[in-house]
Amino acid sequence: MRDIQEKISNASYWIFVVGLGGFAVFYMIAPISIAILMSFTDGATLRFPPEGYSLRWYEALLDSARSEPIHTAAMNSLSIAGLTTLGALMVAVPAAFGMARLGQRTATTLEPILLAPLVLPSLVYSLAALLVISNLGSGPSYGYVVAGHIVVFAPLMYRTSLAVAQQVDPSQEEASTTLGASRLRTFLRVTLPALMPGALAGGFLVFMQSMDNVSVTLFLADPKTTVLPLRMFAMIEESLDPRVAAISGLLITATIVLLIIVQRLIPFVRGRRT
Amino acid sequence: MQKTTGTIFAAPMLMMMLLFFLAPLGVLAVFSVLGPDGEVSLANYRTFLADDFAVGVLFDTILLGAKVVATVTLLGLPIALLYWHSGPGLRGLILIATLLPMLTSNVVRTFAWIVILGRNGPISQSLVELGLSSRPISLLFTETGLVMALTQIELPLLVLPLIAVLSQADRRLIDASEVLGAGRWRSFLTVLLPMLTPAIFAGWVLVFASATTSYVTQSVIGGARLIYMPRFVYREVGILFQWPMAAAISFLLLISTGIVMLGLTMLARHRRLAAYA
Repeated sequence: MRDIQEKISNASYWIFVVGLGGFAVFYMIAPISIAILMSFTDGATLRFPPEGYSLRWYEALLDSARSEPIHTAAMNSLSIAGLTTLGALMVAVPAAFGMARLGQRTATTLEPILLAPLVLPSLVYSLAALLVISNLGSGPSYGYVVAGHIVVFAPLMYRTSLAVAQQVDPSQEEASTTLGASRLRTFLRVTLPALMPGALAGGFLVFMQSMDNVSVTLFLADPKTTVLPLRMFAMIEESLDPRVAAISGLLITATIVLLIIVQRLIPFVRGRRT
Repeated sequence: MQKTTGTIFAAPMLMMMLLFFLAPLGVLAVFSVLGPDGEVSLANYRTFLADDFAVGVLFDTILLGAKVVATVTLLGLPIALLYWHSGPGLRGLILIATLLPMLTSNVVRTFAWIVILGRNGPISQSLVELGLSSRPISLLFTETGLVMALTQIELPLLVLPLIAVLSQADRRLIDASEVLGAGRWRSFLTVLLPMLTPAIFAGWVLVFASATTSYVTQSVIGGARLIYMPRFVYREVGILFQWPMAAAISFLLLISTGIVMLGLTMLARHRRLAAYA
């Protein structure tokens, strides 16, 4: 009797794990596949599954005459994300390096300041930033969008870099200086390469997040600074333009390619240390 | 020596966060307690709390966050367990299936859900084919549809911390509990769950914060009739230019989500709970 009970109980466990777990994995990934399939639709509506397949929406998307606003928005997004990544790199990697060297107690006290943007809603922050900007007699602009993105996303870079910085062995640096290398040379040749994997992973995250950001851009961008996610948002709200599916297809492909590159690069960069 | 170097390197980012992140939030807080003539008053908060519609929006937003946290947990735990019982190959696949949606643009994922939930989408079609509905139905602009979409969008935020813990956990622990005669559920509840608890709370914080502030998904899938805090704040500023009111609203959003998150974070750091990890 007890045996049967236990069998039933264990069976229900496996249904929970394999059945519901399998469904949940499918649930996570299915919408991505649907977006990709949808981008090859032949029709003008978003019927799924599509009745026929073609590249017409990709052609429409790449046609610079018909899709000029989308191209402008994409270029803006790319340049904002590029500058944001660069800015985050410049403040957050040194910060991670520095914090790893501070005493445990100081570091735990100061850390929440550096990580605050990760937990506070960025929508509220961008509203606050706009309030300050307009009270200073200025208005939304491209520059403020970049600055806002750097502030909000630098913590991502900080977090990935810190994980690496904590593992950098100070004795390696000591060895380098003892052997006669200058402090600058030691920093450039020993410390910086060791920090690279964290910076690379962080750079990837910051770039993707900045490309996708709406809440900061919404408040801080002037009408001229249109960005891709807001342009897509407008296209979805206005007419459910199937070109959105084509943009989605391209973005997903770019994500996969970048993910593979970063995964390949991280062990490679790490390998240089040893 | 070490400490001075540390301070010098950390200083720029610390200054940046103090001046450009925390200071503006402070200004916002001050603005939220300014009356029409520049005097200090709680009038904005009183107006907000007296407005049934506004309070309803705040309540709906928190409720939406709670619903998404619940469904994400229901689907996220089995994924973590599936990961736990899998070999290296399947583990890699589960990791990719988690990372890819997480890194895919939010707008793209929201767009996919328009296709899925729409009248011509797969859900509506299968309901008709199975005879469960006589005509095509659309789940767009319903809270059910929004929770379904947000669940998929936020799932990786819970799954990733869970599998991070499990990938380093010692398999022998649970083997031991099974050798000692514990059933599967019992080993899960007494060995795995306590180990996962801090990661679950950490994931909840991320899911809740993200679900309550996801402006695009809420607007597109929820439609014009379902209004949540982010859109409400945007309307006050972008359309009505009600600065002090918008400041008060966003501060209430900050405070109410802050309380929920602080509670969860404290639970995650609770000594007895964390001791298991």
